[in-house]
Amino acid sequence: MRSLNLVLKLLAAAAIVLCALPVAAQSVLYDKSRITCVSRQMNVPVEARFMKFSAQIAFDPAQPAKGKARMDIDLASFDIDNAEVNDEAIGKQWFDARNYPTATFVAAVIKPLGSGRFEVRGPLTIKGRTHEVSAPFTYKEEAGAAIFDGAFPIKRLQYNIGEGVWKDTDTVADEVQIKFHIVVTAGTPAAKK
Amino acid sequence: MRIAERYTGTAIGLHWLIFALIAAGFALAVYMVDLPLSPLKLKYFAWHKWLGVTVFALALVRIGWRLTHRPPPHEAAIARWQRSAEGAMHVVLYAMIVVIPLTGWLYSSAAGVPTVYLSVMRLPDLLVKDYALAELLKAVHVTFNYMLLVLVVIHSAAALQHHFIARDNVFRRMLPCIKPRRGNTGNA
Repeated sequence: MRSLNLVLKLLAAAAIVLCALPVAAQSVLYDKSRITCVSRQMNVPVEARFMKFSAQIAFDPAQPAKGKARMDIDLASFDIDNAEVNDEAIGKQWFDARNYPTATFVAAVIKPLGSGRFEVRGPLTIKGRTHEVSAPFTYKEEAGAAIFDGAFPIKRLQYNIGEGVWKDTDTVADEVQIKFHIVVTAGTPAAKK
Repeated sequence: MRIAERYTGTAIGLHWLIFALIAAGFALAVYMVDLPLSPLKLKYFAWHKWLGVTVFALALVRIGWRLTHRPPPHEAAIARWQRSAEGAMHVVLYAMIVVIPLTGWLYSSAAGVPTVYLSVMRLPDLLVKDYALAELLKAVHVTFNYMLLVLVVIHSAAALQHHFIARDNVFRRMLPCIKPRRGNTGNA
């Protein structure tokens, strides 16, 4: 009897712990995921890609508020398909990747917007400066994977990206669009219910 | 005695306008390509593309005009071989002023950089981004431009030869202000 009691107590404790646990982390499929940015030079949209980043994501569309996400982007992996521009971009006046190698975003709040759409809000730190950003995104599951797609604008000068002559926004606009397409393995235990 | 005919005002205007735009675009390109990256360099590239788009559009108008308006006839003294050489040269020049801006546009699209005319009008991307193809198109664009430079030197040399050595009306037919010489008329 005593042992049964103990088992029951343990089960109850386990249940409490399980419910309080955040949604299980999903593994990111990096070869299918992309983080890109679109800047405008003389009003010409030009896309570049961050080839390396790491992300920790735990998201259940049924309970978005419990979701967690963190993203670390390797700024030196910036690639705009032009060696000269790549060198300039990671240099002192732009990302200064030697002193500030990563940009970090941490999700603070995730809320549903309805019909597969959500919004994530949180601090984005680049080049030692932090500003809150919010990004609407869509979530869909297909073929054993879950896909997050979203985009949000940042003002590059708020992060001191583009110093000196590059402060001029007539040539390179202040607003830069960040786009993410993150693919993770589908099906958290909670989502499978 | 009658005065030899000139090209129409439109033909003369288009000829010199296109010449001026190409000269500006060419000089700008030679100057800008080796500049270190700066906002000014990006501006120069944008201006170069705008010049190119303008040349492309005017070249199409000009070819349309040429096909619907006969050029003034030559004087009898112009030899047959000269007429054939002139005809061939003009066809190649017309082709170049269309093809060169087009190769620039193709190069830009293959490089993944859309062309936005005057920062306002986005032109369609003709190709999907392809780095190797972009490098090839860049080489084609540059080579065609130097070929055009050679053709323009020959074309100008012929015009100046007619004007200063043969002293006929060939060059004057394309000049907006100077009246054709009286006398040597006689149409073919």
